[in-house]
Amino acid sequence: MKNILKKPAVQSLIASLICIILGLLIGYIVLLFINPDGAGEAILAVVKNFFNSSRANLRLKNFGNTLVKTAPLLMCSLSILFAYKVGLFNIGAAGQYMAGICGSLYAALAWGWGWLPCMLFAIVCGAVLGAIVGLLKAYCNVNEVISGIMLNWISLYTGNMILTKVKEGTSPYTLSVSGHASKALIPSLGMENLFANNKYVSIAIPITVVVAIVIMIVLNKTKFGYELKATGNNKNAAKYAGMAENRNIVLTLIIAGGLAGFGAATLYLTGFEQWQVTATAVPAMGFNGIAAAFLGGLHPIGAIFSSYFIQHITNGGAYVDLTKYSSQISDLISSIIIYLCGFVLFIKYAMNKTIAKREEKQAQKEKLASEAGKGGDGK
Amino acid sequence: MTLLLQYTLIFSSVLLLVALGGCFAEHSGVINLGLEGIMVIGALGGALVMRYLPAGLPAIVVVFATMGGALLLGMIYSSLLGVACINFKADQTIVGTALNMLGTAGATLLVKAINTAANPDDVSSVIQYIEPKKAFLVNIGGFEFNWFMLVAIVALVIAYVVLYKTKFGLRLMACGEHPQAADSVGINVYRMRWAGVLISGVYGGLGGICYILAGVSEWKFENGVAGFGFLALAVMIFGQWKPTRIALAALLFGLFRALSNVYSGFPFLYNLNIPSNVYNMMPYIVSLIVLAFTSKNSRAPKAEGIPYDKGQR
Repeated sequence: MKNILKKPAVQSLIASLICIILGLLIGYIVLLFINPDGAGEAILAVVKNFFNSSRANLRLKNFGNTLVKTAPLLMCSLSILFAYKVGLFNIGAAGQYMAGICGSLYAALAWGWGWLPCMLFAIVCGAVLGAIVGLLKAYCNVNEVISGIMLNWISLYTGNMILTKVKEGTSPYTLSVSGHASKALIPSLGMENLFANNKYVSIAIPITVVVAIVIMIVLNKTKFGYELKATGNNKNAAKYAGMAENRNIVLTLIIAGGLAGFGAATLYLTGFEQWQVTATAVPAMGFNGIAAAFLGGLHPIGAIFSSYFIQHITNGGAYVDLTKYSSQISDLISSIIIYLCGFVLFIKYAMNKTIAKREEKQAQKEKLASEAGKGGDGK
Repeated sequence: MTLLLQYTLIFSSVLLLVALGGCFAEHSGVINLGLEGIMVIGALGGALVMRYLPAGLPAIVVVFATMGGALLLGMIYSSLLGVACINFKADQTIVGTALNMLGTAGATLLVKAINTAANPDDVSSVIQYIEPKKAFLVNIGGFEFNWFMLVAIVALVIAYVVLYKTKFGLRLMACGEHPQAADSVGINVYRMRWAGVLISGVYGGLGGICYILAGVSEWKFENGVAGFGFLALAVMIFGQWKPTRIALAALLFGLFRALSNVYSGFPFLYNLNIPSNVYNMMPYIVSLIVLAFTSKNSRAPKAEGIPYDKGQR
């Protein structure tokens, strides 16, 4: 009989569930310290998210809103996951996402492009930023984490500067896409009817799931994906085997950047949000993508579920009783979960060790039993 | 001009303190990407001390109490990195990133809770320290001397002496270069790495409180520290992990950061009509360019980022 716990996929799932449960528990304890009454309710409100709404219609609508924001998060987590498979930590996803916001909104509002060109332009913007990180890494040996962070800030300020040209007269927000560039809205093809006429729900959501599957196929079933993973496992061995390791690094980051840029388009071309051009912080989506990627066990399909979960609790933060806590509770919980994801290797190691121990005991018992049986034969 | 000098020196002090923290951690073999979060928590510690300190204390008490609060909280917070990366061999990049997010989220949550408890209508994440801040400043003919400028210099001297002139420092650096060799001559690698991480927490915490005291007299914790922790890492790399070079790098980066604050005070810069966003970008662009030219011959500690496993050779 094969032990089901030995399968890597099952182990990843268990490790992720442990991270989630521990994350919620630690979050709860932290809340107890901050304000003892209502800690339980606050955590429950975060976990329940749209189930907090009283009417079925509203619940469906809010479920749609969560999905709308899951799409970009999934793309950011795929961006990080894809790069991580090649041994690169793409912390620059936040900046690439910002480049996507800037590209899609500017193309829509200033040039009046349709939704598809806008989306492609956002992908290109993200990819260019990714390419810079890749080139610096491959040819100048600059650590991709440091250059990624620097580019995050550069792209934030550049984006703010460019988007100032398409902002509303008096407010710091960009013009609304639905009001000024309805051509650029991603079509919904009737999907809105499924979510109580939530007009932000569009075909972007199923497209992102398809992209996740494509990424899985590229990584696991193609020569290109194999080469990328080989480069990630051992750069020198890959080079020795005749793989162009520098080209692979640059290509990886271009794809990763494109994914993050695409993610931005899936959100901002629905008109769900307007960008605030006075923002002083890099969009958090890119960093939450890190949480989603690792929580999903670094597997594209796992990322779909983990992205949804992270977005679910992030949206749930809005239902917290604001007189007692702030909505940052969900940030707190997701950061605790990322911290715990650092322990995943250890959890798997511990699991394997217990299984091995148990099997050894089992084998010893059987051995003893069979010996005892032999002894019994000769009576 | 004095304003530019003043801002350059104070921002350089922040960068120097935090970069030296990173330097200690990396020389022991642990990449501390969580410096940004440690800065936030250190700043929180100092700001809370300033908030609850009774008024009318002598300036020296205020200064030392605030610094104590900052470095203590920074050190405690950095132990989260130590546990995960040294004892449980976790991926240092993930844990560092988590610490950055946790620092800002946790500090915001706590400050908001404190503010709301004091006044139910106040849901901001701001701590004010107008009065206690004065304890840190000495006005010398228009130039506002901040005690942290001195602290940074002292910290630099300590770092240099500890790293190069003491048994402890040389052993610490050995653990970052070749932990197996260090272990074979009886150095406890785990303990040395813990020391490196905790020292980086102390320095990072001090840098954090110094940063929020630099220009303003209240701090909104939602904003974190705007990438200063990472800028400090760039300073450290540019300084090739050597304290004296780090100090020079910090001065250069501090100058660019200061320019973005005070450029409007210079007629010829103001007349160029460059948007303020460009000045905000400057430190990051400069560090990217500098890194592109210096990283090829990087003198990074050889074993940094690799968890030490006794069983490996």
